[in-house]
Amino acid sequence: MGSNHVNRRDLIKQAAAAGLIAVPAMGALTSCASGSGEDNKVDKGKKTKDNPLGVNKSAPLEVYIFDGGFGTKYAKDAQAVYEKNFPKAKTKLKSTQKIQSVLQPRFNGGTPPDLIDNSGAEQMDMGVLVGKKQLTDLTELLDAPSIDDPNKKVRDTLRPGVVEMGQFDGKPVWILYYAYTVYGVWYSQKALDKLDVEYPENWDDMLSVCAKAKKKGMAGWTYAGKFPYYLPFSLYPFMAKIGGPEVLNKIDNLEPDAWKQPAVKAALEAYYELYKKGYVLDGTPGLDHIESQTAWNEGKALFIPNGSWVENEAKKTTPKDFEMRVAAPSGLDSGDKLPFGTLWASGGEPFIVPAKAKNPTGGMEQLRIMLGEASSKNFTKQVSSLTSFNGGTEGLSLPPGLKSAVDALEKAGKNIVNPRIQDWYVALQKEKIGVACLGEMMAGRMTPAEAMKKAQKFTDEAREDDSITHYKH
Amino acid sequence: MEHGKYRFIVGFLIVPLTIYTVFVIWPFVQSIYYSFTDWTGLSPDFEMVGFDNYIKLFSDDVFWKSLQHSLLFLLLLPLVTISLALFFAFMINVGGRRRKNSAVSGVRGSSFYKIVYFFPQVLSIAIVALLFRFAYNPRSGSLNAALDAVGLSALKTAWLGNPETALWAVMAVMVWCTVGFFVVLFSAAMTSIPRDYYEAALLDGADRITTFFRITLPLLWDTVQSGWIYMGILALGAEAFAVVQIMTTGPGGPAYATTVLPLYVYLKAFRDGQAAYATTIGVALLVVTLAFAAVVLKLGRRERLEY
Repeated sequence: MGSNHVNRRDLIKQAAAAGLIAVPAMGALTSCASGSGEDNKVDKGKKTKDNPLGVNKSAPLEVYIFDGGFGTKYAKDAQAVYEKNFPKAKTKLKSTQKIQSVLQPRFNGGTPPDLIDNSGAEQMDMGVLVGKKQLTDLTELLDAPSIDDPNKKVRDTLRPGVVEMGQFDGKPVWILYYAYTVYGVWYSQKALDKLDVEYPENWDDMLSVCAKAKKKGMAGWTYAGKFPYYLPFSLYPFMAKIGGPEVLNKIDNLEPDAWKQPAVKAALEAYYELYKKGYVLDGTPGLDHIESQTAWNEGKALFIPNGSWVENEAKKTTPKDFEMRVAAPSGLDSGDKLPFGTLWASGGEPFIVPAKAKNPTGGMEQLRIMLGEASSKNFTKQVSSLTSFNGGTEGLSLPPGLKSAVDALEKAGKNIVNPRIQDWYVALQKEKIGVACLGEMMAGRMTPAEAMKKAQKFTDEAREDDSITHYKH
Repeated sequence: MEHGKYRFIVGFLIVPLTIYTVFVIWPFVQSIYYSFTDWTGLSPDFEMVGFDNYIKLFSDDVFWKSLQHSLLFLLLLPLVTISLALFFAFMINVGGRRRKNSAVSGVRGSSFYKIVYFFPQVLSIAIVALLFRFAYNPRSGSLNAALDAVGLSALKTAWLGNPETALWAVMAVMVWCTVGFFVVLFSAAMTSIPRDYYEAALLDGADRITTFFRITLPLLWDTVQSGWIYMGILALGAEAFAVVQIMTTGPGGPAYATTVLPLYVYLKAFRDGQAAYATTIGVALLVVTLAFAAVVLKLGRRERLEY
């Protein structure tokens, strides 16, 4: 076969090879190519006492909800209220688990919906959305009167920290977190009672509780080993308790000595001791969040770092007499800067109104309805989670885990920390620090010193990378 | 005749070529164009940034790690899968000896094996990955339980949670679910090899190994080569992505132990809002894939027997 012949087989083979390669690699990316967005907003309505934002009463409204652990019913109920208030408006509520796949093309095309619950594994990166001016400033909503009390602004009805969380460098508020999550160490009161111990408030007690559990053939701790970024839920507030809230601010600000602080070192060494002494459930590094929660529900381990969604998520495997509780992380010793009770609590379920939405005022009005007491109570009742509306739990019979979360919040008082690295630098927090440092350390493949060094290296890289938008406290 | 040959071919192919250009070549060009911008994927505005993305790529440790894993997949997966498939296909079709009055036949129960091997091919890759995720579960998985049962408890580990085993665990699943396809492919090719060749070899006293290397493999070479390319593309593309994404969520396994190029493209585009950088990685993936196809086609070129 001479090489200057065009052989039919070769031609087809080469074409096929090139084609097969091209499609999977590139097709997916360019299918969401850019389009141009024209400004075609609906006219604003007249501002009245009943309609303080000035909603156009006949303008259609489109809401997109993440269909995750909280489902969509709460949003549908709130939509019904909107329809009742504005009977001429056509409202559409859509839901998906794949927020980014569904909405990315619409952002690119300049035709996003009016209100989005930007949540889940496919959350769109907020830093990028803000940086590219894709969001509407929600200050107007926060300054509007609340739906329950015309003399109170919406911002005054929210839990502490919620407004700040929606800000990125400066005044405008881009995001409104609707759910309110309490992070911490979760356990079963029944299991502690069986061991005849109290929840440990300092690390010596923690170690002795774990030792006692080990004698009974039970591990002290387990965690989502495949997603070790669950560890910070108790580890970060632990650091803050040891060294004060500045410790976390330095980490958030990506400072050059953030991971070299003594409080960080002490906290990591304490956690590493859990591994060293064999207090971590066997095989934990290979478990995902559901598997580790199930092992915990089965009484294989006492403690698990988690967020308040766990009660709803683990419902199916939780025994009836489990008596689920959450507590603030145990401290190190009496030298800690903050008292026991220091807790990580912050907003979840980020709602955004796109800058190019046709009916942004309608989107904000829908949020105003959701932040009213009636809708908030409805949410708490349905999915056993708090909302950002401060209060609204009176008269409800709360499930045990949520009840303990409310108590923990009360006990924490002002000592609530809110590490922003989680929403400012997703890749750094989850994959680099979470999986590649903390996960490796807790699996015993890295010492605390190595983990600190590596985390600092990742932090430095993130600080020097100009393709990432940087934020400061 | 030499002269108008290409024009002649193109004339016939004009419609498919147009479709190919619009849906294959054009996205290529677009992607390469986007790799020179700072497009986020979340907004229609972007600017040209020259070679910034490529410079970043060179100092990106995770990219190099993904590339390394993808290359490992590319070298090992076809080798293991195709060797196994060839062995199985040979045993099914030629490996048995002197039964049913025919000189050449498969081992006992070969038609049954052929079906069994093909089973995994029927399952979607997502289901296969999920099944194995359960099997690899360090606490309740069947793999560790099996090791316990045969007294090899010392070998127990968190298969997907241990950076030393995670990548191999993932590869094993890909081998498991693709080998059957090649068994069927090679079986079909083997049945088209004239029986006289085998009978002649038998008369000459050739054993199974000689028969395989002297007759079967050379006559199967074209099929093996196509299989090799096909397997390489699976190893670089969608299948590797699916298996890694589903089994070693984390993402990319402990300490980046299983991250592969397509997964990295996905994470950059759909998690980090860096679509332009993702297209840059896509371009790198394209280069690797083209190089692979070129190498296989060049190395595999040899005289063809007509029969």
